Amino acid sequence: MQNSPISPAKGSRKLLKKLSSRDIDVQTCYQCNRCSAGCPVADYFDLQPMEIVRLASYGMEDQLLASSTIWLCASCDTCATRCPNDIDITALMDVLRELALRKDIPPAVPQVPAFHASFLESVRRWGRTYEIGMIGAYKLRSGDYAGDMKLGISMLAKGKLSLLPHSIEGKPEIREIFAGKGKEYER
Amino acid sequence: MKMTYYPGCSLQGTARDYNDTILEVCQTIGVELNEIEDWNCCGASSAHMTNHEVAMRLSIRNLLLAAKSSDNVLIPCSACYQRLKAADKALREDPEYWDVTDYNPDFKLVHISTFLAEPEILELIADKVIQPVGKMKVACYYGCLSLRPPHITDAPNHEMPTTLENIVTAIGADPVSWSHKTECCSGSLTMTRPDIAGKLVGEIVEAARRGGATAMVTDCPMCQANVESRQELPPGASMVVYYATELIAAALTGSYPEKQQKVHLVPAHALQAHMERSAHNVGTASGSTTETTSQKEESA
Repeated sequence: MQNSPISPAKGSRKLLKKLSSRDIDVQTCYQCNRCSAGCPVADYFDLQPMEIVRLASYGMEDQLLASSTIWLCASCDTCATRCPNDIDITALMDVLRELALRKDIPPAVPQVPAFHASFLESVRRWGRTYEIGMIGAYKLRSGDYAGDMKLGISMLAKGKLSLLPHSIEGKPEIREIFAGKGKEYER
Repeated sequence: MKMTYYPGCSLQGTARDYNDTILEVCQTIGVELNEIEDWNCCGASSAHMTNHEVAMRLSIRNLLLAAKSSDNVLIPCSACYQRLKAADKALREDPEYWDVTDYNPDFKLVHISTFLAEPEILELIADKVIQPVGKMKVACYYGCLSLRPPHITDAPNHEMPTTLENIVTAIGADPVSWSHKTECCSGSLTMTRPDIAGKLVGEIVEAARRGGATAMVTDCPMCQANVESRQELPPGASMVVYYATELIAAALTGSYPEKQQKVHLVPAHALQAHMERSAHNVGTASGSTTETTSQKEESA
């Protein structure tokens, strides 16, 4: 075991402190595997949910932030709901994604953070989601120009996509939120 | 009865028809909805998945706007419901942490199916039914976010909920027992990984069909769009996904308009067919409320 790259001695204590500040107690995992068993997307992960929890308990930040799992997790909350020890695995995934973005770790599934960025850009600009603008921004970011063209046209024809954005009055407040209000505490 | 209303972004876009039927149903049963003035997006999955602080503060702004009234807040979208509930709980626990001096409103945040399945609301609906939807076999589909995690959603039966079943039974449909009613359809990955969404949706639709359903009924706008758009089936084999309020509105008005059918991405005539059959069976196409009630009793 001495040569194993996975060892509590090599883990990030900062990561463990961060998790504990969000009440995510990964140390209580006894590896029952209910999280992985119930996960609808687990087939596509490079690390199973239970492996994510175990690596987190060792503070193995590098492996976690480089994994495809953190981006392919659909955030359906099945794992967290079924964990007998109340480990909030969904929130763990949230923390890992946020850290990966802040640290500029190349994402294993780049189109997923590209989608989130496009979605949030639309909210930041208008205060509400502007679907067509969001889809356009996503296509530019991801390079996926042709995908879902037929579906998009069909949805447009059925009046499911609004041509104009829904803008709100309180945009200055929204900008303030996105500018990092509260972030000054680095939490 | 008065309620504050938070529609959320989907109900102004891809799920506009969901919004229309909610307003129609509430008006018919005498529930006054007051939309939160100048509400903003709750951030949905994208915000909490990548930026905790932004996610919380987007929802908090909505909660502070809603707190101008003490009426309960009706939330039809599962994602919005979960995000606003999470923020409401965190804010009640420690408002100062979120730069709010005082937060202890009397209102509850209420998810639409919890609200519609309350016995007194079901009674109001049943009283106003003009034409029951005719024993249509439906698979009630909840998805994830109105139920999980239960410490946020306060859903009493998060693995085996029954609110949608109670609602559709009240308007004459026949809910089937099936295996996937709380399985995730991977709506949050539908644009980025349509292959995953296609697989999960395929399994859900197959399970609904195995359960004997001719249609699905949901209360989640993301599930509705995702399950209808990601079925890799020939049009004849596809499964329509109705909003619960769409069914109620049809039962309350006695018809399922062509215009509404056309909004679906897959053929949606099943409801109209069942209503016509049911009208034919009870021997009237336009019976009054009292007539249909007595006829229902006869056939029961």
